Amino acid sequence: MNVIVCVKQIPDPAQVGELDPSDNTLKRDGKLILDESDSYGVEMALQLVGTAGSGEVSLISMAPNGEVSGLRTALAMGAAKAVLVSDPELAGSDALTTAKILAAATKRLGDVDLIIAGTESSDGYTGTVPEQMAEVLGLPSVTFAKSVAVDGDTLKVDRQTENGYDEISCTLPAVVSVTAGVVEPRYPSFKGIMAAKSKPVDAVTAADLGVTPVGWAGAGQEIVDVASAPERAAGEVVEDDGEGYLKIVEFLDKLKVI
Amino acid sequence: MTVSNVWVFAQGADGAPTTGTLELLTKAREIGSSVTAFVVGDAGDLAAGLGEYGATKIYATGDIDGHLPGVAGAAAMKAVIDGGDSPDLILFPQNYEGRDIVARLSVKLDKPVLTNNTDIAVAEDVVIATTPVFGGTRMVSTTFTGGGPFLVVFRPKSFAAESAGGPAAEIVSAPVGDIGATGGAKVQAVHVEEHSGPKLDEANIVVSGGRGLGEAEKFEMIEALAKTLKGAPGASRAIVDAGWVPYSYQVGQTGKVVKPTVYIAAGISGATQHMVGMKGSKNIIAINKDKEAPIFGVADLGIVGDVHKVLPKLIEALQAR
Ligand SMILES: Cc1cc2nc3c(=O)[nH]c(=O)nc-3n(C[C@H](O)[C@H](O)[C@H](O)COP(=O)(O)OP(=O)(O)OC[C@H]3O[C@@H](n4cnc5c(N)ncnc54)[C@H](O)[C@@H]3O)c2cc1C
Ligand SMILES: Nc1ncnc2c1ncn2[C@@H]1O[C@H](COP(=O)(O)O)[C@@H](O)[C@H]1O
Repeated sequence: MNVIVCVKQIPDPAQVGELDPSDNTLKRDGKLILDESDSYGVEMALQLVGTAGSGEVSLISMAPNGEVSGLRTALAMGAAKAVLVSDPELAGSDALTTAKILAAATKRLGDVDLIIAGTESSDGYTGTVPEQMAEVLGLPSVTFAKSVAVDGDTLKVDRQTENGYDEISCTLPAVVSVTAGVVEPRYPSFKGIMAAKSKPVDAVTAADLGVTPVGWAGAGQEIVDVASAPERAAGEVVEDDGEGYLKIVEFLDKLKVI
Repeated sequence: MTVSNVWVFAQGADGAPTTGTLELLTKAREIGSSVTAFVVGDAGDLAAGLGEYGATKIYATGDIDGHLPGVAGAAAMKAVIDGGDSPDLILFPQNYEGRDIVARLSVKLDKPVLTNNTDIAVAEDVVIATTPVFGGTRMVSTTFTGGGPFLVVFRPKSFAAESAGGPAAEIVSAPVGDIGATGGAKVQAVHVEEHSGPKLDEANIVVSGGRGLGEAEKFEMIEALAKTLKGAPGASRAIVDAGWVPYSYQVGQTGKVVKPTVYIAAGISGATQHMVGMKGSKNIIAINKDKEAPIFGVADLGIVGDVHKVLPKLIEALQAR
């Protein structure tokens, strides 16, 4: 079973985000890391391939400046190889363009049974890329997967819903987006980290993939304004001296909700 | 060209349109001269409610035979558009179905999507949608550079639903047609989690617990307090991911958006992704042992203390009344 995982490389979310004043896009110039949202997909793919007993996990990523740090993390977890799409022309790409690029990148990896992505990225969180990729590739898809198993040539997915979950069966190949927490991502071992250094990363441009236009020109959308939102003022903060709960009772009383 | 023909992807629950649908219809009415609701499934039960809130026409796919709404809904919309009724703007809710349909449709139409919005302004043919970033501290306004149909997705509770007192809307069939290989996913069984008390996103009072509770069993305190206040229990993602409570409890960017009269956050740090889901609450009470916790920055009343000490006393005091 061959599985492709879409992994986004993003600025460390622990750092406060910043917009580039020149074009109002999210700054992505520092070192990038593997989006935690995608570490679940990598783990899921490794487990599925492990259970199948054959095949491999490949990665695809679109990132600026030939960034591979996040890819190396996923390779160290156990993925076999990666395709990296990096191209200055891609700056400002919207979700649709990203999906077209990623869909084209999958073609460089030959036959694939399953494509896994996160339900939403930590920095972009459009949550549309996986389903858009599926449509570009003409594949079925199941979003918000909270458990995934392969049964012969059928995929069994529990899909999160508003009120619980649905059991879905799906033909392969397919695209699946997984929610956070579905599996426990493994930590790369020392051996894995060393091995990752020599695993192949196929670096390509948008033109190599035959996708145009890209970046701002292809995005079809433009930021016209960035403003500060009105801040919500902090109220009273009190230390609990054993009677703190009375403050809450008083507060609720004043609001006439009790 | 002006933006006049506006569609809303409409959903129903328990035989009536969802609150989210009514919110979008209310906004659509303000923008467009003609408002159409698009329903994936049967619309019979919904015609009165959708009409009341301003839809004059309903496209409905009818039964989708176990297919997922994303594939079926996008195919049906595309067929109507190809048939000659092309909307200028389609409003979608930011939820499972809305997101899946808009994603597929964007590829079919080769049009970009603006997601995560909380507001929209339209002047002639220019559409500007606004989305909060960095946990709602900055507002980014974006416009389309090409032509429509413009696809815009909104967070729940972005608009207040107001009835227009309209008559039941006319239902027009919008069949799904052939979806080929994309139709390979089918629903085999539906599981519904039992719920008592008010729904999380409709409750007047929400009591949420986070990792500060220490262990899964302690969530009982949150449930007891919510019950005493006739409110709904909620949670941070940390404890949903840890498996303490189901995902349907999650408040925040990837969970529910709540705007209750009172939101009580117990043992929750106040990560930006949590705050975008509750910052709109009218009153916020936070209990956290760390006085530097970001949640205190938005709380009207903050108690610096241990949830294991404060909550039991609070529950007891309220139950005694
Ligand atoms: C893409 C993405 C989407 C996300 N979406 C969401 C979302 O929808 N909703 C969401 O909630 N999060 C979301 N998150 C996660 C978010 O970033 C935080 O990790 C999460 O909200 C933290 O949960 P928490 O506050 O319970 O835990 P922590 O951040 O660990 O905070 C626990 C708090 O409890 C306090 N505490 C500890 N012990 C006690 C005690 N005895 N008494 C009182 N206080 C105590 C601590 O001081 C601390 O402030 C998302 C993250 C990403 C990357
Ligand atoms: N630039 C990218 N490179 C690789 N995968 C991506 C990229 N952007 C989005 N994805 C995938 O799509 C998922 C959803 O992203 P988004 O639609 O941006 O919320 C992510 O979790 C990734 O799996």
